[in-house]
Amino acid sequence: MSQLICKNLTLGYGTKIIIENLNFEVNKGDYLCIVGENGSGKTTLIKTILHLLKPLAGTITTGDGLLVDEISYLPQQTDVQRDFPASVREIVLSGCQSRCGKRPFYNKEEKQLAVAAMEKLGIRHLAKKCYRELSGGQQQRTLLARALCAAQKMLLLDEPVTGLDPAATEEMYSLIQQLNKDGITIIMISHDTEAALKYASHVLHIGNGANGSNSSKIFFGDVKEYDRNFNTVL
Amino acid sequence: MIETLTQYFSFAFVRYAFIVGVLISLCSSLLGVTLVLKRFSFIGDGLSHVAFGAICIASVLNVTQNMYLVLPITIISAILLLRTGKNTKIQGDAAVAMISVASLAIGYLLMNIFSTSSNLSGDVCSTLFGSTSILTLTQGEVWLCAGLSIAVIIAYIIFYNKIFAVTFDENFATAVGTHAQAYNLVIAIIIAVIIVLAMNLVGSLLISALVIFPALSAMRVFKSFRSVTVCSAVVSVVCSVSGLLISILAGTPVGSTIVAADLAAFLIFTIVGVLIK
Repeated sequence: MSQLICKNLTLGYGTKIIIENLNFEVNKGDYLCIVGENGSGKTTLIKTILHLLKPLAGTITTGDGLLVDEISYLPQQTDVQRDFPASVREIVLSGCQSRCGKRPFYNKEEKQLAVAAMEKLGIRHLAKKCYRELSGGQQQRTLLARALCAAQKMLLLDEPVTGLDPAATEEMYSLIQQLNKDGITIIMISHDTEAALKYASHVLHIGNGANGSNSSKIFFGDVKEYDRNFNTVL
Repeated sequence: MIETLTQYFSFAFVRYAFIVGVLISLCSSLLGVTLVLKRFSFIGDGLSHVAFGAICIASVLNVTQNMYLVLPITIISAILLLRTGKNTKIQGDAAVAMISVASLAIGYLLMNIFSTSSNLSGDVCSTLFGSTSILTLTQGEVWLCAGLSIAVIIAYIIFYNKIFAVTFDENFATAVGTHAQAYNLVIAIIIAVIIVLAMNLVGSLLISALVIFPALSAMRVFKSFRSVTVCSAVVSVVCSVSGLLISILAGTPVGSTIVAADLAAFLIFTIVGVLIK
């Protein structure tokens, strides 16, 4: 059984439909890359999977032991965060929030989990540093560590390499690859088709329909198929 | 000077003023950090105008304990204002501006038409600038203020981690199963209570200063959320106490003296922040 099944999904706001009839499945250990132009609805799709938005039609079901709130998330950075006075440790620890439930404070286990996540992403030495003084790559790793604290089964990443320099981008990709090898299912939004082909196991391409037609052009399949289908076009 | 102060402190109302002043400045500074970071600084200002309107209504209706009318009205407005933050036709900042000037105007209008007081402009002035209200608190009001402040402080400590998560990244918090909307509601209610309390200390026009100055000062120097919060609480209490002392000794209006002290602290912290960089 798949971890995530999207069936006949229609997404949009109000009466404006962005994506229609979207079908795909994600299995445990997959590395799905969602590619497509700006405005094609990639972020909307992610937010719908996370239950931040409601689909206009269709269903999203989780299975294979995955619960809805066990999907973690690496969002794009917001303006608020750029000058936020918080230490790396505080931010990583805030990923444990959902484990607390009604308990107001973090327990020992959760603090250890945060330390382990920082260790894994190589930012333990930055624990007391202020978030706004970090480099872009370090900031992303902090948010990734927070995501790992929240859940370790499936991870959704929204443009994780935006604004990073080539070296940091490379590092970020290999970190994500490592997490995938450790058994975390990855769903990543990216502009970067090349990286998608290099790292992903599956690709979901959402294109704006050709010749101004309203319905969008959707491709879903594994990487080899995608390569065959689109190499001639791109 | 010491003699003058001991003489003043022999009066119960001066002691009350200090107790209430410390408690109010402590809790007003706590949420300042969240408000500044969430870009909600103006909401404090808007709500204080709403509270002014509510006080006018209370005085026109001759409600003796106006807190019982003002508090619910302000809480409801706070919830509505935080709601309108997104997905509405009138944007958040415009909504705040609209509500704040409207309630200011309506409040003054009502006072003018229906007031029975002989000193109308004096009443309005003391509501706006809190010139004497901190010194005229009755024992009952002191207990109410103290109770509400302590409730705010306890609520803040209990929700501290959630407030941090919701302030830093609302989308992430919602995605991993924190009820961000519910905590936004908690934040709104706490803000409203703080505003109503702080009106006694500095009057409705100057409340924003009490809420945002300590947070801004602390953010110049400190780098983690916890240290910023603790520092802004300390700064706020120190400024309020020194403002109260100065106003007693020099005979200046309480509210504006406290705000001037806050401004001085902000300038000092800005300079320190530049120096340690």
